[in-house]
Amino acid sequence: MNDFFESKPVTAQNPVDPYLRTDRMPSIWCPGCGIGTTVNCFTRALTDCDLNLDKVAIVSGIGCTGRVAGYMNLDSFHTTHGRALPFATGLKLANPELKVVVYSGDGDLSAIGGNHLIHAARRNIDITVVCVNNLTYGMTGGQVTPTTPEPAVASTAPYGAFEHPFNLPYLADSCGASYVARWTTFHVRQIAKSMREALTKRGFSFIEIISPCPTLYARRNRLGDGLDAMKYYKEKSVIKMDADTRELPIDFQGQIVCGKFVDRERESWIEAYNRRHKTALGDRFTPYPVGAQAE
Amino acid sequence: MQAESKGVLAGAHYMDGDHACCEGAIAAGCRFVAGYPITPSTEVVERISERFPKVGDAVFIQLEDEIASSIAIQGAVWGGKKAMTVTSGPGFSLMMEHIGLAAITEVPCVFVDVQRGGPSTGLPTLPGQGDMMQARWGSHGDYEIIALSPNSPQESFNLTFDAFNLAEKYRVPVMVMMDECVGHMVERVVIPPADKLEVTERKWTKKTPADYKPFEVTDGTMVPDMCKAGDGYRIHITGLTHDEKGYPAMNWIAQEQLVHRLVDKIRKQADDIVRFEETDIEDEKGNTIADVAVLSYGITSRVAMRGMGMARAQGTKVGMHRLIVTWPFPENRIRELSKKVKAIVVAEMNYGQMFYEVERIAAGRCPVILCGHGGGMVHDPKTICDAIMEAAR
Repeated sequence: MNDFFESKPVTAQNPVDPYLRTDRMPSIWCPGCGIGTTVNCFTRALTDCDLNLDKVAIVSGIGCTGRVAGYMNLDSFHTTHGRALPFATGLKLANPELKVVVYSGDGDLSAIGGNHLIHAARRNIDITVVCVNNLTYGMTGGQVTPTTPEPAVASTAPYGAFEHPFNLPYLADSCGASYVARWTTFHVRQIAKSMREALTKRGFSFIEIISPCPTLYARRNRLGDGLDAMKYYKEKSVIKMDADTRELPIDFQGQIVCGKFVDRERESWIEAYNRRHKTALGDRFTPYPVGAQAE
Repeated sequence: MQAESKGVLAGAHYMDGDHACCEGAIAAGCRFVAGYPITPSTEVVERISERFPKVGDAVFIQLEDEIASSIAIQGAVWGGKKAMTVTSGPGFSLMMEHIGLAAITEVPCVFVDVQRGGPSTGLPTLPGQGDMMQARWGSHGDYEIIALSPNSPQESFNLTFDAFNLAEKYRVPVMVMMDECVGHMVERVVIPPADKLEVTERKWTKKTPADYKPFEVTDGTMVPDMCKAGDGYRIHITGLTHDEKGYPAMNWIAQEQLVHRLVDKIRKQADDIVRFEETDIEDEKGNTIADVAVLSYGITSRVAMRGMGMARAQGTKVGMHRLIVTWPFPENRIRELSKKVKAIVVAEMNYGQMFYEVERIAAGRCPVILCGHGGGMVHDPKTICDAIMEAAR
């Protein structure tokens, strides 16, 4: 053994370790997958926000991104497919002290959970949503999702996807989300910054992160590995802050418009609940605690 | 623990079973309700939405569907509240996946199903008892639940109250299987003062975060201690098969340990949970005096009483075994009964659900006769009388 290893035993803790359930490592994610990158950004955002981590809860649905909850050293809930948001809604309303983050994939949040997504945004429930969009169902083997662009091939679209894909920022915006942003896993600093802003934002915040699935989406479409995805994101991403969310569709290997698109003030669900009942009931109503909510 | 007086509407009232259910929940400490409108259960959440803002520290939210409602209550439980959702058949069908989630993650919560005629949209405004097996078996995989069936508005109050206590004691989803008749029937309901209502507190852990494992059983109850999010325990809860720590464990040994316990914690403690009421089956010395036993529950048990009176007038010795807790099923008692009576008539508003359970347990020791009805209307008591007469022959 050479001097280098002799003199420097590997004891230094990785700075993200305190945020992770290291006893569950290694993760199930494939080499080149972008989910871990987003988790790294998330730990950075948590540090920057200086939050009491005992008061942060993370809720995931099912799928590759659905496993994020299980790796975070927080109160973490791995729920059913598509239902992270209603679970998180109950959790937040029962204990408003909590900062509640929903971390899930595009299939989970926009297909099976699409109805909950639009209503949570409409209600402006005080929840942060991180939607890792890899344009496919990874866990089940690369099926077509509501975000797969034409003519990408998927295991259930062997001749290419042909349905009109969701533009998720537009969907969240039009339903009333307080904060909407999109980045790719190439934009690690911007992701962390957006997460920080979202975590301190009152109401419903939604961050879409375009992320590679080298094992299924990229391989099936002959797009190379994780590095090739980074090159694609670097070359084809355009940052347009405050862009009109109607103009953000993603074509197959086409331009990806990134940025923060929505950042507005709207009363959260609990605030609206308190306002309405105070108006109607006066002193007979005791306001419900608003909890850990940004001013 | 005593009930919180703020929520208890002590006194005598005239109210329907749906409203009584709402009051039972509030008295039991329910402070989170999520629901979606569906006849004939809507009156429960209507009253909740009116009452909760005045009770304080309580939230009702009408969600986008029953799927959302049935999991929002589970989030609320992990947030520290007692929680309930309320529905009828079609909504109950949508909730099935989350009954399984509540079972495997051992979330104490209450599902109320005010049953109507089915299948599908069926008879929205008319009664049925066709969801009894669904309550027991509706979600995939092996698990056990507790279900109760009130036959009056008073019992709707009582059993909804009890449902919360049972949920906490055993950490299971508990179902209140009402029917449209009981839900919409207005009767006298007496709500006791708060100091007469014994509320079961959540089985909070006394351990420190370092020592606590959310699915570790440390006593003879087979029920793990609980904590809530935000208290520093940093728990992980998953619908996947998990170990004591709550971590996913994808192997048959973990499956065996977890699922076997989920089943056993109810099956092995079933004698403590089962509850029924018998009328004219035995005399005061414990001798069986009935030739025919009628087994029934919910509104049908009241119709059956009339049918029994008609049969009695014709000289038949008939008694009633009324299920109050429908799941777990009173196996031991029915086995005993099947040795002592000539026949058992099962009267229920479906074409055979609890009937099959009785037939299974009687195991040929006595004939078991179904007096079924498709729902939409209670039985004509005469049909029950006829079934009793046939059984007595």
